[in-house]
Amino acid sequence: MELPQKLAILADAAKYDASCASSGAERKNSLGSPGSKAVGSTGGAGICHSYTPDGRCVSLLKVLLTNQCIYDCHYCINRRSSNVRRARFKPQEVVTLTLDFYKRNLIEGLFLSSGIVRSANHTMEMVIEVARSLRVDHHFRGYIHLKTIPEASPELIEEAGRYADRISINIELPSEEGLAKLAPEKNLARTQNAMGHIRKRMDEHSEEKRDAAMRKKARPAPFATGQSTQMIIGADNSTDHTILKRSCSLYSDYKLRRVYYSGFSPIPEPASVLPIKPPPLVREHRLYQADWLLRYYGFGVDEITDAQAPNLDLDLDPKLSWALRHRGQFPVDINRAPREMLLRVPGLGVRNTERILSARRFTRLRLADLTRLRLAMKKIMPFIETADHNPTLLGLDDDSLRARFLPPPKQMELDFVSPPPTRADRIASTTGEI
Amino acid sequence: MHTVSPPADFADWRNTARALLAAGRHPDEVLWAQPQEAELFGGESKPPKPNKSLTIPKAFIEMARSAAAHRDPRRWALLYELLWRISHKEPHLMALSTDPQLRQAQRWVKAVGRDIHKMHAFVRFRKVGEDELTGRESFVAWYEPDHFILPLGAPFFRERFSNMNWSILTPDACVHWNGMVMEFTAGVDRSKAPDEDSLDELWRTYYRNIFNPARLKVKMMHSQMPKKFWKNLPEAAIIPELVSRSKGQLQAMLNSEERPVKPAPKNAYLQSLHHMNRKALEALDKQEGS
Repeated sequence: MELPQKLAILADAAKYDASCASSGAERKNSLGSPGSKAVGSTGGAGICHSYTPDGRCVSLLKVLLTNQCIYDCHYCINRRSSNVRRARFKPQEVVTLTLDFYKRNLIEGLFLSSGIVRSANHTMEMVIEVARSLRVDHHFRGYIHLKTIPEASPELIEEAGRYADRISINIELPSEEGLAKLAPEKNLARTQNAMGHIRKRMDEHSEEKRDAAMRKKARPAPFATGQSTQMIIGADNSTDHTILKRSCSLYSDYKLRRVYYSGFSPIPEPASVLPIKPPPLVREHRLYQADWLLRYYGFGVDEITDAQAPNLDLDLDPKLSWALRHRGQFPVDINRAPREMLLRVPGLGVRNTERILSARRFTRLRLADLTRLRLAMKKIMPFIETADHNPTLLGLDDDSLRARFLPPPKQMELDFVSPPPTRADRIASTTGEI
Repeated sequence: MHTVSPPADFADWRNTARALLAAGRHPDEVLWAQPQEAELFGGESKPPKPNKSLTIPKAFIEMARSAAAHRDPRRWALLYELLWRISHKEPHLMALSTDPQLRQAQRWVKAVGRDIHKMHAFVRFRKVGEDELTGRESFVAWYEPDHFILPLGAPFFRERFSNMNWSILTPDACVHWNGMVMEFTAGVDRSKAPDEDSLDELWRTYYRNIFNPARLKVKMMHSQMPKKFWKNLPEAAIIPELVSRSKGQLQAMLNSEERPVKPAPKNAYLQSLHHMNRKALEALDKQEGS
């Protein structure tokens, strides 16, 4: 098979992995070795070199080494029961493609994954060979993200971590039952076990680095600086509460950089076990918003969803939805409230909270000041108090307040399949993360 | 009224501003003449030497350095006014993001930052040669930034591509790297840059196939990659085709026949996985039962 055809098949096979981040790597670059072939740098914010019409960022060359697979995960186009066309790259072909695209400034690096061939170890060895060749034979200093297999031996995961900036294992579904039904070869406990091992290695590595820096010794051999994972949304019947609980434990127990939520998207070759439906894009979006609230806004999972209301409100963002359910905590006085409470005001983000905290040390803030920060005034006003504004007249206690924030019914219908990008969307996508 | 000619760049403005400040020139007395295109890279102004050292918050200097790269001709005067206020009575001004003048400067900084980021993203190098002896490759890119960001944006490419020769050509200025030094020259016309690269078609193949037609979000793409960039991106040519085909592709997926499950192949590894998973589920059931 010709190279362009392989690329077409193996990129198509890789597109269901949402992650394309290229941030958070250790700082390295190609300077200091004149005459060598070294190319590449990492360490800044991620860069999206293009965007496809699905609104997703193209940051890395994201391909599978092969889409042949002995597993039968029913949500996956590459499962063994699918009749999709199969292809297989030679390691050298991926190396050359990566370098050629990289030198033209088309990508930040490589995101390599693979279908499982023969066994976990055999597959891991092939994936590692590509990364090894890039790093050792070609002095490639760009970004490498390797997908690892939980069942691969610790030695192989160690080797993958030595060449990669990020390694990841997909958790796929939030519960053991879901996996048993839809991914008969996978297992949640084994996946978490492997994540725990990777976390331990990363902790050790940062300790070695600190130690080396303090004693002015040579830096330790590199190891990946982050791990991430992906959960598929809408393939099984897990609630948002189950999903967010799982995310929380992944962030705290395994120190994951990111949990990606990938709405189960129609695939060619659907499985009889798992009928396809339009992708739950709004739900996916609300989960990302909730994830943000958990990580940057001091919310707990049980505040966002609970056993009584286990799913997120699709009509309103989770912060606004929380505020409407907790009106007793408002209005928040912009000039006095502590940071934690400012962060809970609908429409007020982390950056503007900092700006407010900094400015109010010198002046009593008025509505006009907030307008200059370009805040969403209509959204924020019912929930705040300023030197010249008290929201009681705006009906903070009014039953109709919720209705005021709902999108008009007609637009709602249109937006359900393809919601317009929100501000959070835009911010998220400029950092290369979705 | 005191007239100064518009500075060539940030360093030039800083010298001028220091001198004006030292001379006690109130911003209302200073007229920063409108810049002419030619003067921007010519640097004609000869400011008086400052005679007094000043302590200015680092945050202001950093902000001014970025804002100075903005194309808005009002930036020099506004930056001087901010400098004046900071050094007279308002030393805390940098903390007041609600101040209209500071907000304006911050918006310029944001626009410049975005412009640099987009340059790092959308510069497309085209290969123009390879040294037969050393194998060292040469690349040229054409780019049209919104602001005067080339000096701020170029070091990124030196760090990343130090072992290639490359040039980035823009209408305002050009930068060239030969492995030793970065050299800046005057701007050129687009015709000086190559239009194509032998890898363009392969890149479009990748772009076409990494796109998921089941999740069309065209507005999102436009907000991050506005059309003004498209003419220099080889992949942009196929965007209309990808968008128009996607609806049919999604429908075909939704209508497609479901595949029955194929039996597992005989494979020792696969069997061991199934065995482990059965045991694990049994244990889980027992736990729930008790």
